[in-house]
Amino acid sequence: MKLYDMVELAGRNLREAGLRNSLTTLGIGVGVASLVAMLSLGIGLQLLFRRELGRSSLFDSVYVTSRQDFRQRRVGDNRPTRPLDDGARKSFEKLAGVLEVYPNFAAVGEFRFDDSKTTDAQSHFTVLTGLPPSSRNSEAFDDIQGHFFSGPDAAEAVLMVDFARELLGLPEETDSDKKLGSEQANQLLGKTLVLRYAEREAPSLTGNEPANAPANDNTAADNLAFNVVRKEQALKIVGIVVQEPVRGIPRTGRSSVFLPIAFAESLNMIQPGDLRNVVRPAEGKTYQALIVRVAKSKDVAAVEEEVKKQGFGAFSLLDASRNVRIVFVFLDLFLGIFGSLALVVASLGIVNTLVMAILERRREIGIMKALGASDRDVKQIFFVEACTMGVLGGALGVGLGWLIGRVINFGTNLYLQRQLEAKPQEFWYVPLWLVVGAMIFSLLVSWFAGIYPASRAAKLDPVQALRHE
Amino acid sequence: MPDNDNEALRTISVVRHYRLGRSTICAVDGVSLAAKRGEFIALLGASGSGKSTLLNLLAGLDRADSGVIVVEGQNLATLSSLELAHYRRHTVGMVFQSFNLVPNMTLYENVELPMRLAEVRRRERKARAREALEKVGLSERMKHRPSEMSGGEQQRAALARALVNEPKVLLADEPTGNLDSKTGTEIMDLIRGLNRSLPMTVIMVTHERPLAERYADRMIFLGDGRVLEETKSKMGAAK
Repeated sequence: MKLYDMVELAGRNLREAGLRNSLTTLGIGVGVASLVAMLSLGIGLQLLFRRELGRSSLFDSVYVTSRQDFRQRRVGDNRPTRPLDDGARKSFEKLAGVLEVYPNFAAVGEFRFDDSKTTDAQSHFTVLTGLPPSSRNSEAFDDIQGHFFSGPDAAEAVLMVDFARELLGLPEETDSDKKLGSEQANQLLGKTLVLRYAEREAPSLTGNEPANAPANDNTAADNLAFNVVRKEQALKIVGIVVQEPVRGIPRTGRSSVFLPIAFAESLNMIQPGDLRNVVRPAEGKTYQALIVRVAKSKDVAAVEEEVKKQGFGAFSLLDASRNVRIVFVFLDLFLGIFGSLALVVASLGIVNTLVMAILERRREIGIMKALGASDRDVKQIFFVEACTMGVLGGALGVGLGWLIGRVINFGTNLYLQRQLEAKPQEFWYVPLWLVVGAMIFSLLVSWFAGIYPASRAAKLDPVQALRHE
Repeated sequence: MPDNDNEALRTISVVRHYRLGRSTICAVDGVSLAAKRGEFIALLGASGSGKSTLLNLLAGLDRADSGVIVVEGQNLATLSSLELAHYRRHTVGMVFQSFNLVPNMTLYENVELPMRLAEVRRRERKARAREALEKVGLSERMKHRPSEMSGGEQQRAALARALVNEPKVLLADEPTGNLDSKTGTEIMDLIRGLNRSLPMTVIMVTHERPLAERYADRMIFLGDGRVLEETKSKMGAAK
């Protein structure tokens, strides 16, 4: 029999017992909906997790150190080592997939906020950190008061909110995530913050060189000896953030002031580890650590490997990320299994419905066989009926699953906003492959459920079926 | 083996028995018979004589335990289940005592069903179903369901359905058994007419001897699964 005839006959048969078949199809729909809902939750959480981590740049950074550091040098490790200097930095920038290379810049400075109201500005010691331009994507800047740095070498500063409070002489807030009031913020934004720091000054042989030489002009000789001088730099406060913008790995403790990295570097501040460089010759400026950021996290492993080959110590959170991925695979698997259970139960409904149909249509099957239907024809009609219920149930289930997802997502966000004042998030995500996959899975389960009834119908003896009642 | 070109069917020592608990019932016990093309044969016998079992064997709905059945050159014992389905579709047509129309289908759909199974094109199906229903005088009632029709009309529709794939042999199992005598006569006239006009071999099971004598060319009497007697009817004798 031709397929369209089979589909037509199956459709007619399904309509004949409309209520029963609709309920069975609804059962399949609920089963598929539970599968879709479970999996889309798993996928949604995974995406949310990845998105958040991706923004934090934790998983697309390689932390590079020099293996010349005694901490990294092991007995019997004879691999060649190189100083982590400008030459190395340039070579990292040339690696495929690398987005940017920047030093893990953190230094201690003394800050004075002069708002012209207080004549004797108070001094505040804290850690300042250099931020690369890419950190603009960090979620911390989503609700910044003010704005991000106007350029990579602007003499501008972004403050953490608690430091901003300290500068204004406000009491400490128990809720560290609380923003400043707009009036308070305006007292700081656009104003000048004076940074006092220890500069690593090139040795002055003549005594006439400019005191604040650019960092890149340092020579190998500079590293052998330098002067430490006190410097002052005026910074314009451009932004206040609540959350610390994570720059990669490792986090250097809590920083309170952020500067554009290029500008921070140009200040030539004394950093921990500088003394070590005095005794170690290098090409240009040396770094305690460099952070190599790659465009795609999948390139991390290759870049890390290449950096190690060049004779440096390299570390990334890729392994941790891999473990997280494995956890999500298991989570999805379990959610999928629980979701599928409902579908399996629903498939028993198909078996039940079709076995009932065989009993009811016994005579009809006999007639069809007498008129020339083969066993295969009868079997296929039942399969088409089972699969039709599967496809309709699958479509219904995908829609229902999506709807459940939307409703729960909405409810959760409502709760989060009311209780925790958190930003709305997408916990639920229904990708196209899940839609198609769930339909195919539903079809397969229905087909499988149809095997027994279809074979039973096909084996029906027409003579028995047609025997006079 | 039949070698006569004019032979529609032949059975040689056909046996069919059933197990009923511990005992074995021999429904057909070595039946040998033959029919020429265009012949109208009535199988007569009391209830349980094996006539319906023999008809089912000829229809390819059941298989013989032993013996040979050859219909229109096809030895049914050698056909696979799929080939047997093809045989039922194209070589034989069946009408039953209880009409056996599919109740949830209209007359048109019932008549169309064998053509669906035979994979006849949709457009051709329409024309052929209409033609078959016209032949039995039901072209006006194509859209009616069997429950809306009288017994005679249902049997006429069943006849149209049996003929729609143009079978060479019509197998009728007590076609008038559920009809009053007037309607029964109408149906028999119709079958006889088709038997003469097409021509088409007819094997009819009945227990009404007068009917057999009136319409059949030959009467074969069965008892306990065996052929008891074979006689030409008045109609056959007059031929």
